[in-house]
Amino acid sequence: MDDQIALLVGTRKGAFIHRADPAREKWKLEGPHYLGNIVNHLVADPRDRRTLLMAAKTGHLGPTVFRSSDGARTWTEARQPPAFPKAAAGEEGRSVESVFWLSPGHASEPGVWYAGTSPPGLFRSNDNGVTWQGVAGFNDGLYPQIKSAIVPGPDGAQVHSVCVDPTDARHLYLGISIGGVFESKDGAQTWLPLNKGVAADFLPDPNLEYGHDPHTLALHPRNPQRLYQQNHCGIYRLDRPGTQWKRIGLNMPKDVGDIGFPIVLHPRDPDCAWVFPMDGTEVWPRTSPDGRPAVFRTRDGGSSWQRLDKGMPQQHAWWTVKRQAMCADGGDPVGLYFGTTSGEIWASNDEGQTWSRIAEHLPHIYSVTVA
Amino acid sequence: MIRVLIPSPLFSYTGGQKQIEAEGDSLAGLLDVLDRRYPGMRHRIVDEQDRIRPHVRFFVNGDMAGSLDHTLSADDEVMIVAALSGG
Repeated sequence: MDDQIALLVGTRKGAFIHRADPAREKWKLEGPHYLGNIVNHLVADPRDRRTLLMAAKTGHLGPTVFRSSDGARTWTEARQPPAFPKAAAGEEGRSVESVFWLSPGHASEPGVWYAGTSPPGLFRSNDNGVTWQGVAGFNDGLYPQIKSAIVPGPDGAQVHSVCVDPTDARHLYLGISIGGVFESKDGAQTWLPLNKGVAADFLPDPNLEYGHDPHTLALHPRNPQRLYQQNHCGIYRLDRPGTQWKRIGLNMPKDVGDIGFPIVLHPRDPDCAWVFPMDGTEVWPRTSPDGRPAVFRTRDGGSSWQRLDKGMPQQHAWWTVKRQAMCADGGDPVGLYFGTTSGEIWASNDEGQTWSRIAEHLPHIYSVTVA
Repeated sequence: MIRVLIPSPLFSYTGGQKQIEAEGDSLAGLLDVLDRRYPGMRHRIVDEQDRIRPHVRFFVNGDMAGSLDHTLSADDEVMIVAALSGG
C-alpha cells in the first residue's frame, strides 16, 4: 500500500478497499474483491506495508486465506490454509469452520502471522500466510483442558484478538468467545487464564478461572503493560503485572450500559480508548441503544466517558458495529473508522468529535482495518 | 475416464471449466487427482477429517454418495453439487 490511508473492509459478501486522499476527506471505494465470500478479517502487514491477508469462506466452500503481496492488485490462495491434523482412526477430529481473526506477528519476526479460528484454534504462518501450522501449545495443550467451558455463541466459538507484546515476541495474549482471556509467556507453548475480576453473568459461578466472553482484547502498542477489553459483560482495564481486571465500564452512563463488541485504543495515549456500545438488555437486541448510535471515549483510563455522536443519526438507526469493524489510524489527530451491520462506513478526522458517513449500501460489514 | 461436473463456486480452480475428465477408483482417489491438478480445491469441499462439507454433495451416476469411500468406475459420472447455503 502507499502512504495514503486505506481502509480494508471485510463484509458478508466480499472485500472492499476504501482509499482516502491525504487529508482523509475524499474517499474512493474499490472492489469488490472475492464477491460473495464471507470475509471475516482483512489485515495489512505493518512490517512490509505490502502484504494483505484475507480470512474468507463462502456459503458452500470451506475456509481459506487469500493473500496479496502487491496491495490488493492480485490475490492468491494460501497453499496450506489453517486446518487441524487428521484424527487417528476412531477418534473425533476437529475441522476449521472459519478463519475468524488474523494478526501480524512481532516486528522482529517478518512473515509471521497468527490466525484464530472457529471452533477455537490457533495457527501460525512463518511465510506471510502461504502455509499455516497449528500451534500445538494451544490446540493440543490449552484447548483440551478448557474445552468444557467453551460455549459457541450465535456465530460459533472463536479465537480472536491475538495480541503480540511489542517488547517480547514470545509474550502473547488472546481471547476466546466464549472461553476467556489467556496469556502465554513462552511463545504460545503454555497458556494461563487471565480473567480475574471479569463478570460472567451468564454462568452460575462468578469466580471461574475461565469461561468468560471477551468480545475484543486490545494491548496498547506504546505501553504493553496496559490491556483493555470489551467483554460481553462490561468494559475492563488491566495494568500488568497485575492480574485483576477493573470494570471501567461502570463509569459509562447507566442508560447506555457497557456492552458492545469493539474497543479501539489511541495509538499514543494509553489512557484514551473508544467503544461503540450496543443494547445488551433482556433478549440482547445487539443494536445501538435506543436506536441512537454513539461512540464513547475515555481520556483517563476509563474513569469517565464522553458520548461522541455529532454527525450520526439521532434516531431510528438500529445498527451496530462488530468486533473487527472499528479501528484508528496513526494520524494526529487520530482518524477513527467503523463499519456497520447495515453496510455503512463512518469516519472521524478529529478523534471522534464529529463523524461523517464515507460509504453506504455495502453488505453487512464484519471488519474494518487500516492499511 | 470419469466425467466430473463442476459447480460454479469451483470455477476459480478449474479456470471456468464446467466439465472435466479425471481418474480414480474412489471419490477420495478422484479428489486427490483433482487437488493435484487444481491445488486447494479439495480443502474447499472436504474438510481435514475427510468429511464432505455441509453444503456440498457428490452424486455418482445420479445417486448421492455419502462418503469418500464410494468406489468409482472408469465410465462413471460424478457431479459435485454446491447445495443451498442460505442468503
